[in-house]
Amino acid sequence: MNVALKNIHKHFGKVHANKGINLTIPSGTIQGILGENGAGKSTLMKILSGFIQADSGSEIILDGKPVVIHSPADAIHHGVGMLHQDPLDFPPMRILDNFLIGRSSGGLFPNRKEVAQDFNRLAQEFDFSFDPDNYVDTLTVGERQQLEIIRLLWLGARILILDEPTTGISASQKIKLFATLKTLAEKGMTIIFVSHKLEDVESLCNQVAVLRAGELVGEMKPPLDTSTLVEMMFGKVVTLGERQPAKTGDTMLDLQNVSLEDARMKIKNINLNVHAGEVIGLAGMEGSGQGMFIRACAGLTRPVGGRVQLKGHDLTGKSYHVYKNAGVNFLPAARLEEGLVPGLSLTDHFVLAEQPRGIFIDRTAGEKLAEDRIKSFNIRGTPLTMVEALSGGNQQRAELALLQSPLSLVLLEHPTRGLDIESVIYIWGKLKERCRQGASIIFISSDLEEILQYSDRVLVFFSGKVSQPIDAANTSVEQLGQLIGGKGWPENGGGSHA
Amino acid sequence: MNQETLLVGLAGVLAAAAPIIFAVLGETLSERAGVINLSMNGTILLSAMGGFAVAYNTDNVLFGFLAGMLIGALVALVVAFASITLKQSQVAVGFVLALTCRDLAYFIGNPYMGQAGPRLQALPIPILSDLPIVGQLFFRQEAVTYVSFIAIYLAWLWVYRTRPGLMLQGIGEKPAAAFIRGANVNLMRYIYTVIGGALIGLAGPAYSLAIRAGWMGTISGLDGIGWIALSITIFGGWNPARAAFGAYLFALLQWLGLVLQPVLTQVPSQVLQVAPFPLMILTLLLVNIGNAEWVDRTLAAMPETARKFFSKLLRAMRASPPASLGVPFDTD
Amino acid sequence: MLKGRLGGFIFQFLAFVLALGFVSVILISAGASPMEAYKNMLTGSVGSMRKFAEVLVSFVPLLLVTAGLLITFSAGLWNIGVEGQIVLGAIISVWVFRLFVDSTLPPALIITLAILGGMIGGALWASLAGALKTFGGVNEIFGGLGLNFVSTALTLYLIFGPWKREGVASMSGTAPFPDHFSLPQVPELRISLWALGIALVGIVIVYFILQGTYFGLKLKAVGKNFRAAYLLGIPTWRYSMYSFLICGALAGVAGAVQVAGVYHRLIPSISSGYGYLGLMVAMLINYQAIWAIPVALFFAALNIGSIQLPIVMKLDSSLAGVLQGVLVLFVLLMEGIRQKFLKKA
Repeated sequence: MNVALKNIHKHFGKVHANKGINLTIPSGTIQGILGENGAGKSTLMKILSGFIQADSGSEIILDGKPVVIHSPADAIHHGVGMLHQDPLDFPPMRILDNFLIGRSSGGLFPNRKEVAQDFNRLAQEFDFSFDPDNYVDTLTVGERQQLEIIRLLWLGARILILDEPTTGISASQKIKLFATLKTLAEKGMTIIFVSHKLEDVESLCNQVAVLRAGELVGEMKPPLDTSTLVEMMFGKVVTLGERQPAKTGDTMLDLQNVSLEDARMKIKNINLNVHAGEVIGLAGMEGSGQGMFIRACAGLTRPVGGRVQLKGHDLTGKSYHVYKNAGVNFLPAARLEEGLVPGLSLTDHFVLAEQPRGIFIDRTAGEKLAEDRIKSFNIRGTPLTMVEALSGGNQQRAELALLQSPLSLVLLEHPTRGLDIESVIYIWGKLKERCRQGASIIFISSDLEEILQYSDRVLVFFSGKVSQPIDAANTSVEQLGQLIGGKGWPENGGGSHA
Repeated sequence: MNQETLLVGLAGVLAAAAPIIFAVLGETLSERAGVINLSMNGTILLSAMGGFAVAYNTDNVLFGFLAGMLIGALVALVVAFASITLKQSQVAVGFVLALTCRDLAYFIGNPYMGQAGPRLQALPIPILSDLPIVGQLFFRQEAVTYVSFIAIYLAWLWVYRTRPGLMLQGIGEKPAAAFIRGANVNLMRYIYTVIGGALIGLAGPAYSLAIRAGWMGTISGLDGIGWIALSITIFGGWNPARAAFGAYLFALLQWLGLVLQPVLTQVPSQVLQVAPFPLMILTLLLVNIGNAEWVDRTLAAMPETARKFFSKLLRAMRASPPASLGVPFDTD
Repeated sequence: MLKGRLGGFIFQFLAFVLALGFVSVILISAGASPMEAYKNMLTGSVGSMRKFAEVLVSFVPLLLVTAGLLITFSAGLWNIGVEGQIVLGAIISVWVFRLFVDSTLPPALIITLAILGGMIGGALWASLAGALKTFGGVNEIFGGLGLNFVSTALTLYLIFGPWKREGVASMSGTAPFPDHFSLPQVPELRISLWALGIALVGIVIVYFILQGTYFGLKLKAVGKNFRAAYLLGIPTWRYSMYSFLICGALAGVAGAVQVAGVYHRLIPSISSGYGYLGLMVAMLINYQAIWAIPVALFFAALNIGSIQLPIVMKLDSSLAGVLQGVLVLFVLLMEGIRQKFLKKA
């Protein structure tokens, strides 16, 4: 099916997420869509798959006919099927039930035999093996994708959108997925492949579009040139000022053979030595393991193996409160969900963060403290302002103002996400001040410039693998971009040393 | 105990469980869609009273049952409106309704206290009721008991075997996934909450027009049944068949309490009557303990094989509520 | 207009009017005159000193329970098990009285011990629900409901079993204690100023805990955002437990006061539904301690005012519960409507 997107605009409140995107995809194409987080890829795909509607004036044309897509179910009637990054299926239910839920025909009692026949035929056609009576939560993410693909085909999809499909699937599943997609394209299906991963896009797509900040900044056909793509994705490197190399001191944090594990991922044998005053940046696509890593450094998740030492004290397996008392502070990405308490004022927050010992609240002292902090952190608000009423940048400043003193280690998730450049510079000024006082910083960011600008060393995460620490001063955005996209890793990359 | 008394007793257990089964099935449907209807205790009382009053005034038992269902549906509609449209706490609204409907039942039902009204008569099924044992157990019951058998089967069939029923499971599990498959999530939640409410409302007349015919106000002994039914819904793991099993188990334990009273004179009857509750708490503990944070930390400290074993064990015990239970759904 | 305090007030007033209207319709359909019913409830509650004293008797446990619930609500917990906590407070206080029934110790000391015992009993019972919640992952609503049933059964067991009344056990409860085990009452009236004092001290303490202490601030942080409170360094699970203990203690005192000041024995329905009513009061005052006294007094007045309805108007006294419930319901609904308007505006 031929797809043409014309002048697609989408506003979310003040945010202009898609700024007049034009894209034509002929039938049989595997179209790659590249772009970093927040570039507008998801918005565009949600519009095409009916999840949200574009602003008026935008046009979607399928096989020459303008269409209006009201809902995802409507999209599938038009032949547009979407595979979401987190599979939108029902884990506690049977595979066959998952397969048949949502088919709009088939009577009150679905004919399971017939459905099972269809299912098995499709599965066989693509060489997928499923037991239809098994439960979905026993499947891997890759298998759930396969299930979703044949479900969408069964419903008559002729355009298949895949959002970051290679996250969390194994190498062999990826090979199978790519083979499947190529077969489908040969049969005239249109495939739209949304990804960060250059390698995947290069090996699969026969047409690539790059989005940045809501705009389509470039298109390319094979042969694809990696460095041009990276430049298009991340833009020209704008320097944020002189880099300030760290004056590093003694060892602050020492990780020895630390292994982490959750329901989705395992990371084995991380070795890292962070010095006082040093800044470590964690780069990687979201969900590559850096979140689990930083939470383990905070004592929030317990490593399943290895040792964690802070200033020579063994903190392995200790609780978060022990870490906190040892001077480890963690600032999560979701400010209003995890970082601040909506319904409490700035004063309340500062008072709580002081770990008060007495019984009665000293209001005057509290408000004095709040006024001081508000001033020195340049927060736009009063001591009695509720935190939920602050803007994002001011919430972030408030969080920084909550950091305790003295401090050994600051752990930050996306410290400047969604903030304007002024706030970014301000916040890093405050953080660097902490470094000069001897604290170490570990932070996660999806902004590669930020990582290279402010880190001394960088760890790159890719599907649960951790790179060697990389010297930020001698690394370019392109090199980092390639590593994040899974290129240039040693075949047996695993444990790292510093 | 001879066979005759045993059979009569067990047949009585099947009958005594019938109203609880309606309530539990109704709550199961509602919660499957993602809405907790905490008003159940009040709804049952109000529909028991209302059903009796209507039957008394119209001299028609069927109208009484219909009235009970209508009352249940209306109360559920308030829960749905407050929680889905107004996004207020389901627990708060349900709880207030539980108390209010109870008092409303006592207030409006005052003139009907102790009146002799119409009631369902036992309805032995020809031929089948003459079967030895089975006939006496199953086929000399009142109509509501037969309906309760059928309701269990239909509810189970609906949830696990029909297309809309599968979608219902999906709506409670992951509304976003149901939405992309074409479901109007909030409309469906309204519908299932109201239908569930009607079923809960059926429990009332099942008492006041059959199992414990009449309206006795505060001494009807119905206060508390709704809370019990709520617990049985959880015990039932949101599966109509397992929930019905819970209802029978509860009725059986209560009957045993009565029967064993003369035998175990040392143990006061109140202890036997209450035996289901500690058991229920224990069950809840077993199915929920995997959610506690210390369990995760303890697991991480274990060697790999033990860790795998215990996580599997915990997962097997866990009765997972519909994942979106009590969570409002918005498409944007 | 919808914003701020005034908007909130307007909507609450509207809710009050709607609730009265709704109940009036019910009264009319029951063939009674609403005005007459309301008038009777008014005279029945504040028509004489004696009646107002009865209101205060009902006000005492309700205020204590509400005070306790304000603590658990602040910590984000629905302590529905508060009924059972009242019961256990009553049971333990009866137990203490029984222990000292033949003792020569001064009665004031024994009464104090009984009330302290009730406090501990309620707190321990609450700690069960708390432990189930924090260590077992069992939702406090279901744990609490189960424990409520167990506590009722325990009461019945004691009344019909070990604490059986001389002669024949009956639903009228255990044998009454001697008069000197009663909290001193105002002459001619049933109200004990001591009981009233305890309740007022209870709510004042709770008010100050929530308004003026670090402890209260931490509780609120835990209730409003469990994760963030944890990250800020508050030992969240410990604070959940504390809140259960405090609420249980206050509910236990309520139970003990019912024994020492009102019934002087253990009766099957010793909690009289004050736990559930306290939940309603807490919801109606939107968890603001400052409003607890007037609203609890209002609810108690409705309770007492409705007592004479059956005699005077042949109406059931449950009208009080209907009014209370409908009022809370409409306040909740109107608040939802207000928020919806605010969002659109």
